[in-house]
Order: sequence, then structure tokens, then C-alpha cells
Amino acid sequence: MIGGVAWSTLGDLTLRHLYLAGLPLLIGLVLSVPLGWLAARVRWLGPPLIAGTGLMYTIPSLALFILLPLVLGTQVLSDVNVLVAMVIYTVALLTRSVADGFASVPAPVRQAATAMGYGELRRVGAVDLPLAIPVIAAGLRVAAVSNVSIVSIAALIGVSQLGQLFTDGFNRNAMGPILVGIVACVALAVALDALIVLVATLLTPWSRRRVPA
Amino acid sequence: MNQTVLMTWEWLTDPANWQGRGGILAQSLEHLRLSFVALLVAALIAVPTGLWVGHTGRLRWAAVNLTGAVRAIPSLGVLFVAVLLLLPRLRGELAFELPALIVLVALAVPPILSGTYAGVDATDPAARDAARGVGMTGGQVLRQVEIPGALPLIMSGLRSAMLQIIGTATIAAIVGLGGLGRFLIDGQASRQYDQMAGGAIAVAALALLVDQALALLQRVVVSPGLSSAARVR
Repeated sequence: MIGGVAWSTLGDLTLRHLYLAGLPLLIGLVLSVPLGWLAARVRWLGPPLIAGTGLMYTIPSLALFILLPLVLGTQVLSDVNVLVAMVIYTVALLTRSVADGFASVPAPVRQAATAMGYGELRRVGAVDLPLAIPVIAAGLRVAAVSNVSIVSIAALIGVSQLGQLFTDGFNRNAMGPILVGIVACVALAVALDALIVLVATLLTPWSRRRVPA
Repeated sequence: MNQTVLMTWEWLTDPANWQGRGGILAQSLEHLRLSFVALLVAALIAVPTGLWVGHTGRLRWAAVNLTGAVRAIPSLGVLFVAVLLLLPRLRGELAFELPALIVLVALAVPPILSGTYAGVDATDPAARDAARGVGMTGGQVLRQVEIPGALPLIMSGLRSAMLQIIGTATIAAIVGLGGLGRFLIDGQASRQYDQMAGGAIAVAALALLVDQALALLQRVVVSPGLSSAARVR
């Protein structure tokens, strides 16, 4: 027990929270790469694409959780609503980062790759994308941390995760579970953030040599 | 599913739901009032602090890291902590409004602060040197060069702060705060999905409108020479 919360409950809720915040992060990343690439490459498409995805971020999370069953035809208590909402927020944040990342690739590098006989697709995968990783990772860190925070609000619509400790504690007038929940949320966010930094560092060995962090 | 869409539409278009003390119109105004009060207080704290940090370069590290750190803190949890701590110590209507307002202001300060700081910090050094060169004092450089140059980022800080405030004010209905969040929370308590969904649409529309209004304001106040540098977020 810690702060009136059983360790096993805390573990279960943390895993649920990781699933609800983490899986959409991966799906959102996979969706944002082509979107961000389009925004960076096709000049007339860039501003409306980034403004459009950014607009989705303005929808308050509780409203989105409640509205998605209407759009998707899912049950109000379904995990799917939260997962889809978090994918939407992730794409909204990441499309701009991916576009910025692709735009940060120096033109001479792209031209050199083309001169070496790389086709467009192969060049994007082998040259542009790796070089864009630092900028994309920076956006992914923001998305990861904000996802963890937003998922906790789903407790208000009855989807269990760490946020449930907030509502339980509040309903019982007990500070313990709320504080445990806040600490666990922050710890999860910090852990995800560190994981992204680690993976990005491993994927960009050249940046380690030049700029010691 | 079609039936719930229809019911939500009927709820939203029923004039009876728009009028009166607890109507959509009154709650929208209440939501706006709370949000703008929170934004104003946050801006009064964050803009001068951000200008000071940007102009003097002091506490730069704190300003940079504050936004990221605060983003990790779940607003729902902080809201409950504030209410449990403050409710027994306050009386009357203020007891419900003040804890929520404190949380809203606390969440809004970091994005405004870091936007203001980053805006001043990003001032073209050549422009700053030129201003000094023509004999401007430190205060004049700040007022006539750094602040106008920082406006795009100050405005985008204000916009993201406002989105945060409107969203969190919606959640704060659970601790008794007025505003459009009432429809979401009360609708859930009485299992009226049409009211929940209708309220959610109203909140989303309000957030979009306010964000677009601030975007328009940004376009008006920012010098035309800088508008290409104006970024949304």
C-alpha cells in the first residue's frame, strides 16, 4: 500500500495508462510521417495541412472523448474513444514537427543523394528521415508528455487508468490517492520522455559525436 | 448511432436549451468570463516576467524548462488537490471558483512566459545593436524593438494558454465551476447523452472561435514586416 493505494492496483493502472497514451503515440507517429512529408514537400499543401491538423488540437479533450462515440459508433465507455482521441492529438502535434524536420534537411545533402542515384522514396527513407530524427523526436517528446497528462482526464468518462486515482480520491475526500496518481503520471511522462531521447540518440550516432549532450 | 446523432442535434437546436440561467448562451458567457479572467491574470504575471528574463538573460534555464515540466503535471489531479486544500478555508461562491481559477492561471503562466521569453530572445541581434547604436536606452530597446519583435511568439503563447484554459475550465465543472462543462458533467450524472454531446460540441466550437479570434488579433497587432515569422504554436 502507498497513499491508500494497493501496489497491484497502481501497477495495473500504470500499465493501462501506458497503453492508452503510448499506443496512440506510435500510431500517430506512423501517420504523421507521410503527412509531415507532404506538408514539407508540396508547397501549396503545407500551410492548410498544418493549420488543419493544428485545429484538431483546439478541441478540449473531455469534449473529444464524449463526441467520438457519436462519430465512431462506439460505446461511451470504450477504450477505442480514448485511443482515437489520443491519435488525433498526437497527429495534431507531430505533423508540424515532421514537416519542420524534413525542412531542416540541408538541400545539398538531398541533392548529393539524388546525384548518387537515390530515387525519391529511397532517399526519403535512407537520408531525409534519419536526418529529421532530432526535430521529430523533439515533437514526439512534447506529444508523449501531453498524452500522459490528457489520458488522465478520461477518468471522468469512466475509462480506468491513473486518472481514476484522482476521481476516487476526490470522491472519498482523500488526498493520498490523488498525490500517488500525480506522482505516477509525472513518473510515466518522464520515463517515456527519457525513452524517446534514448532511442533518438541511438538512431542518430553522428549527432552524438558532434554535439556532446 | 444515427439516433444519438439526431437526439444531440435536437438538443442543440431546441431554443429552450439556449435560454435562461443555465442555458447554452449563459454558460458560454460564463465560460468566456472565467477563461478571460484566468488569461488576464496569467498574462499579468507571465508577460513582464518573460520580458525580464528575455531582456536580461537571467533565469533563462528556468524559463525554458518550466513549460515542459508543467505539461507533465495532470491538470485534473492538480484541480482536485487545489479544491481539497482550499475548499475548507473559503466561503461562499468563491470557494468553488477560486481553486479552479488558481489552477487555470498556474497552467496558463508557463506557455505565455516561455513564448514571451523566446520572442525577446529571438530578436535579431543586429536590430538590437542598431537600436543601441542610435542611442536608445535599455528600456527603449525593450519597448520599441524587443516587444514588437516578440509579439508573434507572445501571441502564440497566449493562444496555447487560452486553449489550455478553455479545456481545463470544462473539466473544472466537476468541482462545481460554471460554464459549458456543466452540460458534459451534469449530462453524464443524469445519463443524458444528448446533453453531454451537445455540450461537447458547444465547447469545441467555443474553443475554435476564441482561438481564431486570437489569431485575428495576432494578425492585427503584429507588425506586417514580421507576419511571415508568426507561428501558430
